[in-house]
Amino acid sequence: MSFAENPSEFPVKIDQGKCIADKGCTVCVDVCPLDVLRINPETGKAHMRYDECWYCLPCQLDCPTKAVTVTIPYLLR
Amino acid sequence: MAELDDAADLFEADVLVIGGGTAGPLAAYKAKSANPGLKVVLLEKANVKRSGAIAIGMDGLNNAVVPGFATPEQYVREITIANDGIVYQKAVLAYAMRSFDMIRELDDWGVKFQKDENGDYDVKKVHHLGSYVLPMPEGGGVKKILYRQLRKAQVLISNRYMATRLLKASDGRIAGAVAVNSRTAGVLVIRAKAVILATGAAGRLGLPASGYLWGTYENPTNSGDGYAMAFHAGAELTNLECYQINPLIKDYNGPACAYVGGPFGAYTANSRGARFIECDYWSGQMMLEFRKELEGGNGPVFLKFDHLADETISEVEGILHSVERPSRGLFHEGRGDNYRRDMVEMHISEIGFCSGHSASGVWVDEHARTTVPGLYAAGDMASVPHNYMLGAFVNGAIAGEDAAVAAASTELQSYDPQDVETERARMRRLLDNKDGLPANQVEYKIRRFVNDYLQPPKITRKYEIAQKRFAEIREDLQRIVARDPHELMRALEVHSILDCADMAAAASLFRTESRWGLYHYRVDYPEQDDENWFCHTQLFKDERGAIALKKRPVDPYVVPLESGEKGAYQRLRIPAPV
Repeated sequence: MSFAENPSEFPVKIDQGKCIADKGCTVCVDVCPLDVLRINPETGKAHMRYDECWYCLPCQLDCPTKAVTVTIPYLLR
Repeated sequence: MAELDDAADLFEADVLVIGGGTAGPLAAYKAKSANPGLKVVLLEKANVKRSGAIAIGMDGLNNAVVPGFATPEQYVREITIANDGIVYQKAVLAYAMRSFDMIRELDDWGVKFQKDENGDYDVKKVHHLGSYVLPMPEGGGVKKILYRQLRKAQVLISNRYMATRLLKASDGRIAGAVAVNSRTAGVLVIRAKAVILATGAAGRLGLPASGYLWGTYENPTNSGDGYAMAFHAGAELTNLECYQINPLIKDYNGPACAYVGGPFGAYTANSRGARFIECDYWSGQMMLEFRKELEGGNGPVFLKFDHLADETISEVEGILHSVERPSRGLFHEGRGDNYRRDMVEMHISEIGFCSGHSASGVWVDEHARTTVPGLYAAGDMASVPHNYMLGAFVNGAIAGEDAAVAAASTELQSYDPQDVETERARMRRLLDNKDGLPANQVEYKIRRFVNDYLQPPKITRKYEIAQKRFAEIREDLQRIVARDPHELMRALEVHSILDCADMAAAASLFRTESRWGLYHYRVDYPEQDDENWFCHTQLFKDERGAIALKKRPVDPYVVPLESGEKGAYQRLRIPAPV
């Protein structure tokens, strides 16, 4: 595979201390219209897997523990 | 490396609805309610709970036909005039006749609309002639309410499935669709007696000025899949040269003030803070004036709130920062802008296809039927003009009810297994590529060329260059590497985006006149030419598989225009003081 790893600031940040994905919660993963969030198998917590964000906020608004923070992608700020 | 799941699942349904955003849920709900014995399946690329154009709710109805404020006939006249006369009025009237009943049904379901002190709907005037805007300051929960109704009606919901091609019987009737799972790459063949396309706009056609692929006005999952599927299935698409271009906040994909801010006294202004258009309702003519001001000596263009009282602004912010585009407040905060003090810079959006705001799409009649027997379309991708959210609901309902009747009197059609094989091969190639191009780079290149060459003002030679570049990129499509099922979904979306770009170019070149203001402003054919072009342009796939176009006469009006009305949208600019 010839793909480079490009650095990127992810617009969706998840507070690992507050995230309860390891207890079975998948709310943010379910509600993302772009389907870019996943549960990281190593940590058991949610994370942004694909850098494709519409900054539309369902992940942040629907999170039961307020673990998700969305920022406006840098290119638009 | 992900493998394509070769054990294709086969599923049979009576009615298949593709797209779980706005029109789709209503289509599925109404089909199931009309005939509870039917097996109705709703397919959604994301999750029906939060998907499509209204993922995060909607802050108002833009085309409410409420008794006491407007009649269906008045509405049909307004939409006819706003589209330079080229509309299939029967479909607009079919919408208008059911508009109010749909509002009441949504109201019963718990969708909140603004009411006055007497409990009547609080309709506002934003359009040039009539009053059709009904605010929904608490409209954030629309999707959750729809989801509840779908569950109650026992519609079968399949999330994370992206339909990629339609299947047809040898006699041309619809037979079903091929879909792929965005998590497993499992392929699903769904046989159905009727299929309803409701996949939204082609929102990832132009590139936002920021260059950010996902910063589109439309939900970026609305990548034009439905237009591509309809085209490949042989359906006619209409007026695709009538682009969607919207006035937005500069660098932010939120709409400006017309429907929310307008009724509170906000308006679109030039850099001197002066109004330059009579009416902020989005039309091609309005966008042409907007662009002139943007590029002129009084530009750029701003959204002006700073003359309003503090409590009024707080009320507007309460709506704008919580419904439809709730990250808007965050964006303004980042730039240090405050509506109380600053005019907010505006810009024009990237181009797209979307009947919600313009007049293009897969051709449908007043029953939401396309030109392929058994295939329906509704919402932003179907050709009923200026349809918005309420139009998507109503036309979804019309499609669902008609499809339920059709399905009850039809058998499942057989399809050609080779068509499934061809589709499977298209996907497998992308997954099998060990080396090649990332989908986002191919997408970026297509969309940058769309901006460079297709964005109005339209110039013939530039369009011809674009067609050459698109043909080159078509060779690249099969070189896209998909490392997992998610990337496969994105790669297939890029295929749809290129199809839409080709269709946009061909349709625009065919119509050798200017019409619909900025939407189809051809610099080398600057005049409107009613003698030759007062017609729809129908785009379809010819027997060689290429794009072909033909004219379709405008059907006789069912609601005649009154003399003097016709030119109303041509007179939007505020005359300069003498």
